[in-house]
Amino acid sequence: MSAGSGSLPRYLVQRILLVIPMIWVLLTLVFLLLRVAPGDPVTAMFGGKLDAHAVALRRHQLGLDQPLYVQYFHYLGEVARLRFGHTLSDNRSIVDVIRDNGGATLTLTVGAFIFALLIGIPLGLLAGRRRDSLPDVVIRLFGVVSYAAPIFWVGLMLVILVSPTGWPTFGIASAETQFTVPTHTHILLVDAIISGSGAATLDVLKHHVLPCVTLGLLLSGVFIRLVRVNLLQTLGADYVEAARARGIKERHVVRRHAFRNALVPVVTIIGLQVALTLSGAVLTERTFNWPGLGNQLVNYINQRDYPAVQGLVTFFAVVVVVASLVVDVVNAIIDPRIRY
Amino acid sequence: MFGRLLSPIRGTTGFARWILVAGLVLTGVFLVFAIFAPWIAPYDFNQYQAHGARFPKMAPPSGNHWLGTNDQFFDILSRIIWGARTEVKVVLISVAFSVVIGAPLGLVSGFVGGWWDRVMVFLMDAIYAFPSLLLAIVFSFLLQGPLGGGTLAAALSLTVIYIPQYFRVVRNTTVSAREATYVEAARAIGARNGTIMTRYVFGNVIGSVPVIGTLNAADAISTLAALGFLGLGIQPTVASEWGYDLSRALDDAAAGIWWTALFPGLAIVLLVTGLTLVGEGLNETINPALRKRKLIRAVLPAGGPLTEDEQEVTA
Repeated sequence: MSAGSGSLPRYLVQRILLVIPMIWVLLTLVFLLLRVAPGDPVTAMFGGKLDAHAVALRRHQLGLDQPLYVQYFHYLGEVARLRFGHTLSDNRSIVDVIRDNGGATLTLTVGAFIFALLIGIPLGLLAGRRRDSLPDVVIRLFGVVSYAAPIFWVGLMLVILVSPTGWPTFGIASAETQFTVPTHTHILLVDAIISGSGAATLDVLKHHVLPCVTLGLLLSGVFIRLVRVNLLQTLGADYVEAARARGIKERHVVRRHAFRNALVPVVTIIGLQVALTLSGAVLTERTFNWPGLGNQLVNYINQRDYPAVQGLVTFFAVVVVVASLVVDVVNAIIDPRIRY
Repeated sequence: MFGRLLSPIRGTTGFARWILVAGLVLTGVFLVFAIFAPWIAPYDFNQYQAHGARFPKMAPPSGNHWLGTNDQFFDILSRIIWGARTEVKVVLISVAFSVVIGAPLGLVSGFVGGWWDRVMVFLMDAIYAFPSLLLAIVFSFLLQGPLGGGTLAAALSLTVIYIPQYFRVVRNTTVSAREATYVEAARAIGARNGTIMTRYVFGNVIGSVPVIGTLNAADAISTLAALGFLGLGIQPTVASEWGYDLSRALDDAAAGIWWTALFPGLAIVLLVTGLTLVGEGLNETINPALRKRKLIRAVLPAGGPLTEDEQEVTA
């Protein structure tokens, strides 16, 4: 009965308060890693290219000549005001980078989730429904391989298969579309729709197909496995047994009673995949030259731009923590059993 | 010695045995590649000519080069075989390091308890919640400077990801072992904390490590390849690495050159699948919860499909 004793508001407040230390630990980790670790950002980037005076000036501008604890509190204060600093290589605000490149990552991941759900849920239900049949074995094998196959390799294979047909395999849109669509929301797909140009919208959508399928295949493996196991569990549950005993047709039992309850945990699963999706997005963007945040991060890493890496990694950390919070809150509202 | 090594296989039946054997065979092939690379591989991993003649550039698979050559004139089969050595080396180092760091931390944390334990759990959970690839990216970014882009830098970047997993498992088993009767008995005869931890608890909590080890090894292969693909892994001059080869294949893919991408990727898929199967198979043999299932099945007269369902589900 202890599970039911906690009230929903109390749980929500507790859960939200827990976010603060979580983010603090992550931010401290990021700071320690990127600031205290060997090497100085300015020298790492401009070593040999700038004279000592110019290096000292840059260091001063970045506040790197201040004591470490001053830098640390400055960093925390900036992040609290949602300011993630500036890049060193092209002197952009990280917020601008997130605004300009975040849209591409957003549409990629949303598209991938839609594809994964469309594929994963029906296949998972089928596999669970016809346990140990040939479809089940094939679907489970697909689940194993989708986990074992590197996402960038899957992307490469799709490019090789698709490129003879002339279907777009690189970038988010053709050069013409990118040039003509006016920027409103910084999300190219939305901007193309707003512009009212059917050709531009179709072009952007076409470019989305391969990257979304690639990232979606990775996620679908997870969905298949979990939906299948959940269905097996619900099919053996008492209330399903009771429905059978009442003489309800097996088809109805499965559709009405088992499927629905098997799908509830999918909400949790979606939330738990945020970290996996971010990792997958970095690799997918690299494979398809997708102008998203992951691609940008790798670019800045290759330029050894410490402040940019720190800013973007900080942003990712905040996203992960906030996403897990949202999932827990949604779960608590949906499922009254989850309160502690 | 050999008989003891094989005992887990003999203890299995049916599907679990099949999984374990298939996994061991797959993993074994790559281990043989790794150990005997200089004798098996037709050429060196960065060899672009033989007998005074240059290899052809991006040649499709043929009698001379079974899996073709890439844009740097290298023989792809040789790079895959040498690559196995790189992967095995990195994975062994990273798994060893994460066990050596994570397991004692978990042991102490679970045994001591109190605020130290809480802080450690919170810290490890924070690391665990972070996208593992990003963590590896940040670490290889940092380590490439001081350590160079070699095997050690790559292995240490992976180590960080897996420490929390060993910490968690060992800590949780330690917490329950701490209250066990044999620990109480040890305390009663006046054993000190250090002695109890190393002599009594350690042996009992270390049993779950091999399973996580193999599953981590599978994950480590994927992550190492991902780092290589992003250009953050092992530098191409140091050793052959499958992920790096795939990043080079990126430019060829749209031109219809498939062999530079297909084969290194297949190597990754096969090795990762092999290690995953070994992990799953070991899990079924070592994990007491799953072992019990087998006993139930043996007792039941001709277990119908329904009982099997239930058993699998509870597992």
